[in-house]
Amino acid sequence: MTTLTLSKALNEGLRKALENDPKALIMGEDVGKLGGVFRVTDGLQKDFGEARVIDTPLAESGIVGTAIGLALRGYRPICEIQFDGFVFPAFDQIVTQLAKMRYRSLGTVRLPVTIRIPFGGGIGAVEHHSESPEALFAHTPGLRVVSCGDPVDAYAMIQQAASCDDPVLFFEPKRRYWDKAEVDIEGGLAAALPLESAQVLVAGSDVTVLCYGPMVRTCAEAAVAAANDGKSMEVINLRSLAPLDTEAIFASVRKTGRCVVVHEAVVTGGIGAEIAAQVTQECFYSLEAPVLRVGAYTTPYPPSRLEEHYLPDLDRILDAVDRTFSY
Amino acid sequence: MAVKDAGRAARSANRAAAREPERQADPAELIQLLTPEGERVEHPDYPLEITADEVKALYRDLVIVRRIDFEAIALQRQGELGIWASLLGQEAAQVGAGRALGARDMAFPTYREHGVAWCRGLDPLKLFELFRGVSHGGWDPTAHNFHLYTIVIGSQTLHATGYAMGIQRDGAVGEDGEAVIAFFGDGATSQGDVNESFIWASVTNAPVVFFCQNNQWAISEPLERQSRTPLYIRARGFGFPGVRVDGNDVLACLAVTRKALQAARDGQGPTMIEAFTYRMGAHTTTDDPTRYRLSAELEAWKLKDPIERVKQYLIRTEQAEMSFFDEVEAEAAAVGARVRAGCQQMPDPSVDSMFDDVLTSETAQLAAERTEFAAYLDSFVAEEAAR
Repeated sequence: MTTLTLSKALNEGLRKALENDPKALIMGEDVGKLGGVFRVTDGLQKDFGEARVIDTPLAESGIVGTAIGLALRGYRPICEIQFDGFVFPAFDQIVTQLAKMRYRSLGTVRLPVTIRIPFGGGIGAVEHHSESPEALFAHTPGLRVVSCGDPVDAYAMIQQAASCDDPVLFFEPKRRYWDKAEVDIEGGLAAALPLESAQVLVAGSDVTVLCYGPMVRTCAEAAVAAANDGKSMEVINLRSLAPLDTEAIFASVRKTGRCVVVHEAVVTGGIGAEIAAQVTQECFYSLEAPVLRVGAYTTPYPPSRLEEHYLPDLDRILDAVDRTFSY
Repeated sequence: MAVKDAGRAARSANRAAAREPERQADPAELIQLLTPEGERVEHPDYPLEITADEVKALYRDLVIVRRIDFEAIALQRQGELGIWASLLGQEAAQVGAGRALGARDMAFPTYREHGVAWCRGLDPLKLFELFRGVSHGGWDPTAHNFHLYTIVIGSQTLHATGYAMGIQRDGAVGEDGEAVIAFFGDGATSQGDVNESFIWASVTNAPVVFFCQNNQWAISEPLERQSRTPLYIRARGFGFPGVRVDGNDVLACLAVTRKALQAARDGQGPTMIEAFTYRMGAHTTTDDPTRYRLSAELEAWKLKDPIERVKQYLIRTEQAEMSFFDEVEAEAAAVGARVRAGCQQMPDPSVDSMFDDVLTSETAQLAAERTEFAAYLDSFVAEEAAR
């Protein structure tokens, strides 16, 4: 076991991906000499060369568009979009081309392209650097959308994404990049959870709390506080947002009868809304209370001096948990 | 007051001049090897040695692709195709470029490259599937090294560039190298993706040829809505050569594209080719060009027909008997009859197939939706049986 930050765990995972498959490539802005603005690709260009770790022009549509072309030629590009808010120039290529080309080709084309996106707020950044656009991609058939919550997740999931034959949108919780955990980087991934699977992080019996990315740690902390308050929270790290591991979600909600979904993204039309609809349909007779959502209000991301009020935190999660007991 | 008015008039005249439609290429800029009258001319940079049989083969291609196009328009009018994007007038540009490609070169088309598809050996019925609504394309791009049609304007230029970067990484540049060609139109040159692909190809020296068919019209918008400069000049600003070729001259298109592809294969990087041509038909069968362009323009371009000049050349130089033209006509008619019948007999896909090929493995959610929809359809059968 090695103590790694989430950023370093991704770095080690990417290194393994490059070692294991000569067709794997890394491409993005500043990913080479600089090692990425969050240092996730630190040292990789030095070890694997400029042909495999590519400093690209500053053009996100170009990054994804050329990655598609490289994939058509048999390569497995792992792209970095520097910040969440900068994915939109590439949105067209992702939605109209990357997501649809396999369908368009009646299954003859495979596009193993991974797109890494640091997402979420909490770092005091300027506009466009704190967003959570994952639902826009989860709404698009033809994409897999995942998010890692901790270094152990990060190390395994980035390798699984890189070896997946489908396009994967890989959301990294940027304010957790410096969180540390013990990670096994010696053994293989045989024991790792599949990329599509959710993980029961904290077992509990009273209420199911679903989360992903930066909210995983917050929810784990909320579970401790709730336990002190006499409430047993079951915390599930969703990990995969498209597809959702509905089997794990339904099993937990049928057990607890209460469900709260937590994410940083705007609640309107979000992942929580989708889960609420599905849980209501499939677990209707088990529910003791409506499914509640804790997330961002329906505003653009505010200036950072306000973000501590805007972002879900431990108290807002506990408040929602309490409310599920008032029905 | 009068001075002010005169000043205003002059200013607006200047503006009008800046917007003056550029439908006639400056002959000094235009690479041509066969005049509209069918006269063979030489160009110092593009010597072309070509046999009578090779010219006749090009003529055959031109006639057949025009025939396929003609059948497709008729099939749309008869309700057999939902829509069709005609290539009428652009046959020489497409056949010239298509026949310049080597077997291992890769082509990335728009949705109008029926002539290139023909040259690559793709069955026209695969194109009809798309325009009939039977599939979104559905051919294997590796089968003929002809990528799927791309409908979003300009997206494929980035795919072509990325593919060319893959060729570089495979070490397939240099002797026995491979190259890529990206097709797009005059309207696409305004798209960010096309400009980004120029930048990427330039800084990576990727083996890609950008083949722009400037057919003068982006649906209803004339070229001056897209550019104040001739399009081929833009390449210079990106750091690679741009050339303008007579897009109605199949020999020039062949020679210019061959040279650009060879340069790419040799490691000399990208070239932009502007094939100066004219969209003789509507944008698609849903369009009505009489709303936005003058018939005089069309009449002028009829005199530059890409097929007629090859015929005149073959007759003038006595390289073909009249029976040759009859044979080609008969062959084109046979191809036309085949694709017509094939289209009329084309079955709809199974309803269940709409759930196929979303991802490489079906998700549990999609499997459930597939099952749910099948059960829903079956419920009608059960209901009917109960009556």
